[in-house]
Amino acid sequence: MSAIPLSHILILACTLFTIGFIGVIVRKNTLFILMSLEVMLNAVGVAFIGAGSVWQQADGQVMFILILTLAAAEVALGLALLIQMQRRFNSLDIDLLSKLKG
Amino acid sequence: MNDNTMVTIMGFSPLQLMFYFAALLAIVASLKVVTGKNTVHALLYLVVSLLAVAVCFYLMGAPFAAGLEVIVYAGAILVLFVFAIMMFGLSQDETINAPQTQVFTLSNISLWFGPSIIAMLLLAQLVFSIENSAIQEKLTANIIDAKQVGILLYGPYLLAVEIASFLLLAGLIAGYHFAKPEGVSIDKQDEPGRHV
Amino acid sequence: MTQTLLAFLPFYPLISFLLLIGFGQRLSWHLASTLSVGAMALSAISSFIVINQLSTQVPVINVHLWEWFVLNLNANLSDVTPAKINFSFHLDGLSAVMISVVSGIGFLIHMFAAAYMKGDENFSRFMAYMNLFIVAMLILVLADNLVLLYLGWEGVGLCSFLLIGFWYKEKANVLAARKAFIVTRVGDTAMAIGLFMLFKELGHLNINDLTATAKTFWVAGDEAPYWIALLLLGGAVGKSAQLPLQTWLPDAMAGPTPVSALIHAATMVTAGVYLIARMNGIFLLAPEVMSYVAWLGAATLLLAGIAALAQNDIKRVLAYSTMSQIGYMMLSLGAGAFSAGVFHLMTHAFFKALLFLTAGAIILALHHQQNLFKMGGLLKRLPFEATLFSIGLVCLMALPGSSGFFSKEAIIAELWSSTTAGPLLWYCAIFGALLTSIYSCRLFFLAFMGRRRFEHELQPSTSQLLRISLLVLALLSVIGGVFANTLTLSLSALFPVLPSDPINEPQWLHSVAIVTPFIGIIFSWLYFADYRAVEPANANTFQDKPSVFVTFCRQGLGFDALYDLLLVKPYSMLARLNRRDIFDQLIMLNAWYVSICHDVLKSSQTGKLRWYAAAIGLMTVLLLLSLTIESFSRGAS
Repeated sequence: MSAIPLSHILILACTLFTIGFIGVIVRKNTLFILMSLEVMLNAVGVAFIGAGSVWQQADGQVMFILILTLAAAEVALGLALLIQMQRRFNSLDIDLLSKLKG
Repeated sequence: MNDNTMVTIMGFSPLQLMFYFAALLAIVASLKVVTGKNTVHALLYLVVSLLAVAVCFYLMGAPFAAGLEVIVYAGAILVLFVFAIMMFGLSQDETINAPQTQVFTLSNISLWFGPSIIAMLLLAQLVFSIENSAIQEKLTANIIDAKQVGILLYGPYLLAVEIASFLLLAGLIAGYHFAKPEGVSIDKQDEPGRHV
Repeated sequence: MTQTLLAFLPFYPLISFLLLIGFGQRLSWHLASTLSVGAMALSAISSFIVINQLSTQVPVINVHLWEWFVLNLNANLSDVTPAKINFSFHLDGLSAVMISVVSGIGFLIHMFAAAYMKGDENFSRFMAYMNLFIVAMLILVLADNLVLLYLGWEGVGLCSFLLIGFWYKEKANVLAARKAFIVTRVGDTAMAIGLFMLFKELGHLNINDLTATAKTFWVAGDEAPYWIALLLLGGAVGKSAQLPLQTWLPDAMAGPTPVSALIHAATMVTAGVYLIARMNGIFLLAPEVMSYVAWLGAATLLLAGIAALAQNDIKRVLAYSTMSQIGYMMLSLGAGAFSAGVFHLMTHAFFKALLFLTAGAIILALHHQQNLFKMGGLLKRLPFEATLFSIGLVCLMALPGSSGFFSKEAIIAELWSSTTAGPLLWYCAIFGALLTSIYSCRLFFLAFMGRRRFEHELQPSTSQLLRISLLVLALLSVIGGVFANTLTLSLSALFPVLPSDPINEPQWLHSVAIVTPFIGIIFSWLYFADYRAVEPANANTFQDKPSVFVTFCRQGLGFDALYDLLLVKPYSMLARLNRRDIFDQLIMLNAWYVSICHDVLKSSQTGKLRWYAAAIGLMTVLLLLSLTIESFSRGAS
């Protein structure tokens, strides 16, 4: 039994997640969106670790490690795409990428 | 649980108080990330946010995860961000907000002041929680160490590890492909800057 | 042996048809004509062999080929045995007459056609259709049950359509083909309904047992046989070009002349007569319908005779005369004189085929000129054709000694004292005979006498095939009367002898009937003097300026205009009103609705990533909200 109640951990995770989500939908700069995504992934990690520590299971940390690899790959790809975008549009405005408009 | 022997402040144990404080710092730093105008500022706040979360992990009894958070997230991934920002040259949106010539003005201070303050707070918190015996006692009681994680990771989760390794490989190849300079690229770009 | 021959009868032309359709373009004229005519020769020879096997000891020959399908009257009743529809042939006196006509005359006409159509680029297609027609016609007349008969019935209709529109590059031919198909379809539909009713009432459709079953179910004058006979009469009327579905036959002359001879004179149009003769058991149970048949026949023969008087196209004159002669057959059937009707069918097939083929030879010699007013004086220039044509006309007029005389006199003799006909119809028939002789003489005078009115040099065909077939037909037309006794004998088993009362008949009936054609000839000799004179007194005679009445007659007494007014115009008006098909519009509502949904959804596809993320977030919020509310309400209850 952890000293910290699970509900508080989850509240922290949710708050971080929401902040990250707000960042994703509010910011136009793609770099900021990527950073907000990092915050969101991090929040999910918090939820996993908290649950793992409350129930004294190592699975939560395993999940966190997997999230970590995911985040690493995502950032690598995202930044590479960002570099392409900067080259093509001379801008990082995400709204310029609207060729899929119906 | 021998709660009555514990030192409590306002009904909370010191461990809890430490956790809440670190959580507050993480939230504040994250807010600064998403609201920041300057990319480098935001990046620094993101580092602080990740460090604060790492403290939270430590206090939750996952020192291995906390270590990974610091090494991989705050270390590797954020360095990747820094490299990328450098590659952009940051000629456009950053020069408006970023300090230009003054070496030691207030605005220049603000670039590192906020993040470093929060980082200092985190450091103090860590030092305090390491020094405090009650917290240490609590932590050692419900710690999940790296050995358990490792056994699990290379036991039942072996397949997931393999998949994660493939993911990293894919990320590596794709990152290489996309980030290549134009001259090397096979597909020619069409009308650069058409949308600008 | 006999059965095998009978079974193979329709298959020779079928094989020939398949070969010609499959490899037609690659076959030379010699090969294609040898194939088709040879198949017909085989068919004709084997049919004569088979017919010779028939005798009083062996009245019918049956051959079962295979079971076609099984009809269940009522699936719920297990005790009712399902009716098997077999692919079987049934040969008796009536079908013997028919197959001899179909395969014999068919063979001669194929010979003629091989010479007549020699230069046509689609020769093999033409011969293939002709062969297919023979197949269908043989199936029709040999059918053991009415379903198989209907197959042949539709098959001959199809071939008629294909052959009328054979020269499909000219619009008039295509329109004529379409008209023939649609008008006969009206009758065919009636016949199909009649067959359905018959099956519903009797439970089977076997021709052999039909009469017996009908007699056990009904007595004369019942309602069911009345309607069934009426519907079957509808089919017969459509196919045999009788009033009121007669309008297609004159237009059907658009086809090549051998087609007119084979299909629209000798065989197919008599299918209606065959049907009624075949179904005599049903028709005798409905005496009213019998008299309808007689009256329809009489009306048609008069109408066609009058219309024939005004025609200027040699083939249309012959077409109207065909209608009129079939009217005689119908009249005879309606009067209960079945064997006389069938006899007339046979002799008519002989002489009308002869007339059409000779007309075809004349048309060929005149460079496809069919207008009578552009002929004249052909008696000296085409003596062979003129002689044969006169033989045909003599038979048509039923002058004593010719085959037409025997059959037509047999019909007229039965009319007066028949219970379903009567003296009035006898007068009609006599008047019809008068008309026949008048229009025949007019035709003869216009075409063969008088002065020359054609521009181009004559180009008579020298083909031996053509001459042989014409000669054989002429021979048959002359001596056709000798078959009378054989025919009556073989048919007597099939048709019941109706009670008649010859005592009431006046003595002068026969002499009047014999004299009538001569009156017609004398009348026309005087009336059409201009036509036969080399130097006509009235130079305007051949100016084609018909009076209103003549135009009216020429157009078939206005039936076309009437149908156009009553049916075609209202229908096309309806079609024009409903041009933007209302049901289509209703269905298009769906498309409209989908398109509106498309527009709405399209506006949501902004292409902006942040919108999509926001939408995902919003939906997650809503989902969580609903789950929360659900858990709350569950907690409350």
